[in-house]
Amino acid sequence: MRSALVTVAVVVAAAALLPLAYANQLLLFNFVVFLTLAQGVNIIYGFTGYLPFGYVGFFGAGAYGFSLAVMHLHLAPLPALACAAAAAVLLGLLLTPLLRLSGAYFAIANLAASQAMLQIVSNPNLTDITKGPYGVSLSGVFSPNLSYGVAVAILAATLAVMVFLRHSRFGLALQAIREDPVTAGMAGIDVVRGRTVAWLLSALVAGSIGGVFAWYVSVFYPETVFSPEFSIFAIVFALFGGIATITGPILGVLILYGIYNAIGISAPQYFQLIYGMLIMGLVLFLPNGIVSLFKRWGFDVP
Amino acid sequence: MSPEPLLAVSGLVKSFGGLVVLDGVNFHVMPGEILGLVGPNGSGKTTCINVITGLYKPQAGSITYRGRAVGGLPSHRLVHLGINRTFQVPKPFLPLTVRQNVEVAAAYGRPDDLAVDIDALLASVGLDGHAGKPAAALNSIQQKMLDLARALATGPRLLCVDELAAGLNPAELDGVAQKLRDLARGGMGLLVVEHLMGFIDQVTDRVIVLNAGREIFEGVLAEAVRDRQVVDVFLGTDHDD
Repeated sequence: MRSALVTVAVVVAAAALLPLAYANQLLLFNFVVFLTLAQGVNIIYGFTGYLPFGYVGFFGAGAYGFSLAVMHLHLAPLPALACAAAAAVLLGLLLTPLLRLSGAYFAIANLAASQAMLQIVSNPNLTDITKGPYGVSLSGVFSPNLSYGVAVAILAATLAVMVFLRHSRFGLALQAIREDPVTAGMAGIDVVRGRTVAWLLSALVAGSIGGVFAWYVSVFYPETVFSPEFSIFAIVFALFGGIATITGPILGVLILYGIYNAIGISAPQYFQLIYGMLIMGLVLFLPNGIVSLFKRWGFDVP
Repeated sequence: MSPEPLLAVSGLVKSFGGLVVLDGVNFHVMPGEILGLVGPNGSGKTTCINVITGLYKPQAGSITYRGRAVGGLPSHRLVHLGINRTFQVPKPFLPLTVRQNVEVAAAYGRPDDLAVDIDALLASVGLDGHAGKPAAALNSIQQKMLDLARALATGPRLLCVDELAAGLNPAELDGVAQKLRDLARGGMGLLVVEHLMGFIDQVTDRVIVLNAGREIFEGVLAEAVRDRQVVDVFLGTDHDD
């Protein structure tokens, strides 16, 4: 518990203070976004075993929830963020029937749902409401420093949720559901409710950070915030580091997103080669992520 | 005036597609009684437990537990009412420790907030000394005992035991039989499915013989083995007398 809180404190402090020392705030912001999304994936995949290939749907729903609240309701950014979170949770509620599916069927249905969201939002006939394919401009609320700070706050809250899940009965119950729903039911756990809560919690996380993303960049297209890359990156980062831990997804983001930014744009061919080999090596030798290596060496990783 | 049964099953029907597995089963379990459920493979014993514990909904008939109709309730609700079971092939929560496996059941499965002495519970099924290991490190017999501890942690009044004895050595069998008898002496009703007739003879007060989804005999095991229909079902009809 203490080592978990220390880890969380270090990550949050670093995210909050680095902009003072490092000029590329956008890069740091993207790190915060992926740190948050990877933990959101961790909640639903690490603790209940549902692989959310369409996780970006919640992110986009949050981005558009924020944008619609600003454009049409003329809300200030913080209340608009509440709308972003609500939009993602509503989408999560709408998609709860997907939880009846399992394994690859869930992953594919979730992917399809997120793409359907993209098609709905970018429909030219809805231009009056969503600006359709032409994208959103929120220059009136543009405020990089404040929105960065709020993003760090959301990261902190998400990490706090993870600490809770790692150390609470509820987190134990979710892991029981992941391992065997039938036995979990006979342990007295309400399987449907547990899954739904985890699902909506992960939607809340992605929707909140999606709303801040819209606020921070202020100008974006539907393809930007519904890009499958968000889902894939968040899942790969979480798996690479090690799911159902707090440290795992953090390490995954720092290492893989670090490599991506170091050479992903300047030398994309080598980047893809290195990425591919790293991931293959991991799947073959460390299927439980990097943290399993530390555990093998006898360190207790939160 | 007879006392009220803990569990009364009446006219229970369950089929999978065209295959009728339970075809109107009737029986009851009294508090403190161990009822054996025996029958050849495919006679519906495990399905019967699965319906009673909420894995399947009954298609017809009634399940009355302590005077209340409980047919079709989801498993976790039945657990809270005091019904639990062990599994023929237990599926413990493998990455969780043995202690956590029992802890989560004690936390979620009890209607009361009574603290459960997990160490004592683990010791009573012979798992003391394994509490800190992940459940994946247990062998299959130990996993069966963990499954029993998981069920007992929820404080059941009715415990369905599905082939707990299979694979145990004679010493372990005696231990488990003693354990089940102790539980019954404490007032728990037990429904025991088992193929080992020696074990059934050792622990049960009464048996029901199932064949093709119907009960064909009810009484003590010693009489069952003299019952013509029971003998036919187990040994075939062409035997010489």
